[in-house]
Amino acid sequence: MNLLEQVKTLIYKDVVLEWRSKYAINSILLYVVSTVFVCYQSFKSVDTIVWNTLFWIILLFAAINAMSRSFIQETGPRQLYYYSIVSPKAIILAKIIYNSVLMILLSSTAFIIYNLIFNSQAENLAVYCLAILLGSISFATVFTMVAGISAKAGNNSTIMAILSFPVIIPLLIVLITLSQNAVNGGSIATNWADIAVLLAINIVTIAISLLLFPYLWRD
Amino acid sequence: MRKRWWKILGVVMVASTIIGGLLGPVPVLPILNETIRNVYFHVPMWFTMMVLYLISLVYSIKYLNTGKREYDFMAVEAVNTGIVFCACGLMTGMLWANITWGTPWTNDPQLNGAAIATLMYLAYLVLRNALEEEQKRAKISAIYNIFAFPIMIVLIYILPKMNDSLHPGSGGNSTFGDLDMDNYMRPVFYTAVIGWILIGCWIATLRYRIRIIEDKRNSF
Repeated sequence: MNLLEQVKTLIYKDVVLEWRSKYAINSILLYVVSTVFVCYQSFKSVDTIVWNTLFWIILLFAAINAMSRSFIQETGPRQLYYYSIVSPKAIILAKIIYNSVLMILLSSTAFIIYNLIFNSQAENLAVYCLAILLGSISFATVFTMVAGISAKAGNNSTIMAILSFPVIIPLLIVLITLSQNAVNGGSIATNWADIAVLLAINIVTIAISLLLFPYLWRD
Repeated sequence: MRKRWWKILGVVMVASTIIGGLLGPVPVLPILNETIRNVYFHVPMWFTMMVLYLISLVYSIKYLNTGKREYDFMAVEAVNTGIVFCACGLMTGMLWANITWGTPWTNDPQLNGAAIATLMYLAYLVLRNALEEEQKRAKISAIYNIFAFPIMIVLIYILPKMNDSLHPGSGGNSTFGDLDMDNYMRPVFYTAVIGWILIGCWIATLRYRIRIIEDKRNSF
């Protein structure tokens, strides 16, 4: 099998495993919905800056919770089995793609519920949705690699948090700036710089993950 | 003597910039006044930190390629020393900001970027403590080190240039070199930068050698 087929098979495996249990997806969706409700109960009404920032913070914690489980199944004998039949590059690529799709699903659900409960304040919805799309992919690329590292360190949730927060902060700053511009009604043309930085960081992160994961994987 | 010359050079350079920097003439500028002398001490700290983190990155890559534990020792000691220089850079910067901006800390992308980059390297050290097994610790921390480096570059060099900032050299501001330094200051400044980088490397190599000795003693 070449790399592409391996990636496809691995993603298919992840989707099937997820679909059989539905535990992860349901629990994380419930987590998002209840967090939004807790925020609504405590804030009642918010201004635009808080509205935007709060959404990203909810999404950040949901993403950390969802992604930290990425490599929970790939331990012990099963890891050895994968190691003997597929290339490590295929594994990390498949995980990144699967996590991106999961994050897009998660964040769009969160956005719909958030908009229903708090009144929507985004003037330029298209740019805001673009920010969410880019944000989901960025969270997935960064957290997948960090989850791989923290899985090797014994899947400790504290380790996951301290390793990923400093790495995600630059992305989060750019995302919040971009979405704040969307809230104020800025168009895509005026936000090119932010979008370009996000894309560049994503490409660099994916490239480094592809380079480093083979070392991480080999025990 | 053959290997020692750069250490002596570093000491001489730093000593001469301390004397030349504190006693030499500086241009008279509003707000800054005499505090412009801090440019000899604040800026070299960050250059030294960058060089040390770069050394750490190189040795992490070397470790992954060869698996020699000496490379891992060098990588971690470079980070340890880099964090000390980062702390010195933050402190001299806060002193300076307190006088020129009126407050030691402002919500400024350059300042926050530097602080978050420090958190990243502290996380690297915590990750090392979390792993018991020696080889695993060396490998996984090397991976995190390489992974974090480009993000650190974004934090310190790219983001501050995109946002509004008070800090010279970011947010469209000019650097000190362009505007405020006169022809006396420039050579002193460059001497300070090179001197502090040499001192930083010296400290890192000393710590590396201590670690090697400790390691030898523990292995018997």
